Amino acid sequence: MSNDTRFHDIKDLPSTHLLGSGTPMCAGCGGLQAVSQIYDVLGPNTIFVNAAGCMTLLSVYPFTPFRGSWLYTSMGSAPAGAQGVRDALDILRDRGKIEASEDMQVVVLTGDGSAYGMGLSATSGAIDRGLDFIYLCYDNEGYGNTGQQTSAATPHAARTSTSTGAAGYPGFKKDLFSIWVANGASYVATVIGTEPLDLARKIEKAAKLDGPRMILSLAPCPTGWDYDPKDSAEIGRLAVKTGVWPLKEFADGEVTHNKKPRKRVPVVEYLERQGRFAHLFEPERQDRVLADIQSKVDRYWDAVGS
Amino acid sequence: MSRRLITGNAAAAWGARLARADYIPAFPITPQTEIIETLGNWIDHGEMPARMVMLESEHSMMTAAGAAAATGVRVFSATSSQGLLHAMEMLYAVAGWRAPLVLVNVSRGLASPITLESDHNDVMAARDSGFLQLHCASCQEVLDATLIAYRIAEDPRVRLPMMVNLDGFYLSFTREPVSIPELDEVRSFLPDFDPGSIRFRAGRPISQAVAVLGGGPYSYFRYESHLAANAAADVHREVVMDFERIFGRRYDAIETYQCEDAEIVFLMIGSFSTKARAAVDALRDAGEPVGLVRPRLLRPYPAEDLRRALAGKRAVAVIDQNLSPGHGGTLHCELAAALYGSDGAPPVLASFVGGLGGRDITAAEFFEIAKVTKKAADEGVTPEPRLLFQESELREVRKLQAIAHHERGLTGAEHVE
Repeated sequence: MSNDTRFHDIKDLPSTHLLGSGTPMCAGCGGLQAVSQIYDVLGPNTIFVNAAGCMTLLSVYPFTPFRGSWLYTSMGSAPAGAQGVRDALDILRDRGKIEASEDMQVVVLTGDGSAYGMGLSATSGAIDRGLDFIYLCYDNEGYGNTGQQTSAATPHAARTSTSTGAAGYPGFKKDLFSIWVANGASYVATVIGTEPLDLARKIEKAAKLDGPRMILSLAPCPTGWDYDPKDSAEIGRLAVKTGVWPLKEFADGEVTHNKKPRKRVPVVEYLERQGRFAHLFEPERQDRVLADIQSKVDRYWDAVGS
Repeated sequence: MSRRLITGNAAAAWGARLARADYIPAFPITPQTEIIETLGNWIDHGEMPARMVMLESEHSMMTAAGAAAATGVRVFSATSSQGLLHAMEMLYAVAGWRAPLVLVNVSRGLASPITLESDHNDVMAARDSGFLQLHCASCQEVLDATLIAYRIAEDPRVRLPMMVNLDGFYLSFTREPVSIPELDEVRSFLPDFDPGSIRFRAGRPISQAVAVLGGGPYSYFRYESHLAANAAADVHREVVMDFERIFGRRYDAIETYQCEDAEIVFLMIGSFSTKARAAVDALRDAGEPVGLVRPRLLRPYPAEDLRRALAGKRAVAVIDQNLSPGHGGTLHCELAAALYGSDGAPPVLASFVGGLGGRDITAAEFFEIAKVTKKAADEGVTPEPRLLFQESELREVRKLQAIAHHERGLTGAEHVE
């Protein structure tokens, strides 16, 4: 991707960190890893408008890990909360009641449960209205805060606490990226905490643009995906190397893939490390399901041209 | 001051305009839509310096309203019926944010069956949300209550959102002469919004609406809202005195009519109370000592005012335009709770449910209510709750059912009702 950001090398990444420590997120939370990096780039002049999810527990009275502001809304309407805050700040600026320096970047912080489901109507409405905001989704592919039930972000064949049969979840992960593009977003990007340079560039780019902008972060989840917290980074890297999680962005009417894995690692290496896919390997290896998953990934990258 | 013939909806819009609402998140629903159309028209033609935004649902509308009020601007919105219910999660939420916005509800019956016409089940469903409630009986009162609502909601002792209720069709689409005050006069009654310490600014970060762990802090914040709502009773008294001083119109928490020497009293809210008032006049002409009590303020509940107004009466007939299935009328239940054990409490509280889904309550029915209630007082026996319904109405329904059966025979289609 074109890179006119301040991030050219891993050494350019922020060395001081804004997010306070001691949050109640699980050990090895891939969502918190991404949020922490994103916050460092966005800076403290940020108001997070939160939808119900794991991250709602970041701000529990009287503590908050944020240097900036926070508003919890509901599971279904965080983008509408962002609308109210943005409009009110604009009104106050127009009337000269606040200085430009008092303005803030309005950021929705949501999990996939809200982003792919209950919050989608409010999200689409905000895009329709061209709302000037960043929408940050940490996607751990299930309703994680309640114990990893199936959501519309759950991948095919994954076992969740509501899809416990031999086949796991029979459906397929919804393509939220394309929904945002089709709806008329000004910027859409996928990121992951294990690719910090790619992430920092995209956040800086998003922060400089106007309009509805989404950052969709895959959030490896030790408790929901059933693996040891120490493996979070490795699973995140494998998600990219296998091509399961394409790093891409949409801007100026075009989708660009930022990292095309030259030789993709077979998806089984990603799947076999997670308990949620263990039934595909034990007691019997389900070769057909594994081949289906691999061929879906292959078809995606064939279409991209890699 | 100008005097114009306007609808209840237009009166609500004038209230928002004169209150200099900064921000109006909106969503259309019958019979409220005229309010947001009127405001949108003024804004588009430079007559009102506000920003209006159409949301994609009432749930989002209420979220945006609360978020904007929490950021520090004056917010107005309006809804009705299913819309109020769709927003219900956020009514509770923004009341807890202590966001002092004003929401006009144009009362309409709730599905099922779906209808467009008026009753109070929608607004009664919001009674426990933390929104304060004012109920109107005339178009003038709608305008005035909107201004009064902002003063109460924004008072530092209260800081809670407030709902102004008017009846769909009967008030929303009825034109009455309304005095529209001058902006300067209103300004002296309602100064610009001061959000105080509750606002979002980069230089002064705050967290609002955060989670709590455990019942202790949860109870504390819930009790705070309750105490603030209770404090609104005194604030209401001050504010309406101020309103009367400036505009010459008086709006006590409860309106009493011919109550002083009444033995039997009707109690009801909203525009149908004007029908009760006419019935009181007719009954008085016939020598019956009947009166009327109409609560304007329903949250906080004006228990003390009601005890005082009803002390020593022989009986009260509570007429509810709402129905809690398996229980009965909500106003009746709340009045019983307020009066129980108080000095001079009327020995008979009779319950009547009527006026649902736009159904009229006729003069003859008011006379019957008075008769039944008087008999109950004479005999000292509280009558069974009555659901107002006439033989002629039952015949009409039977006719519709006969047609439905006939149609089913012709088309094979099933209509379930």
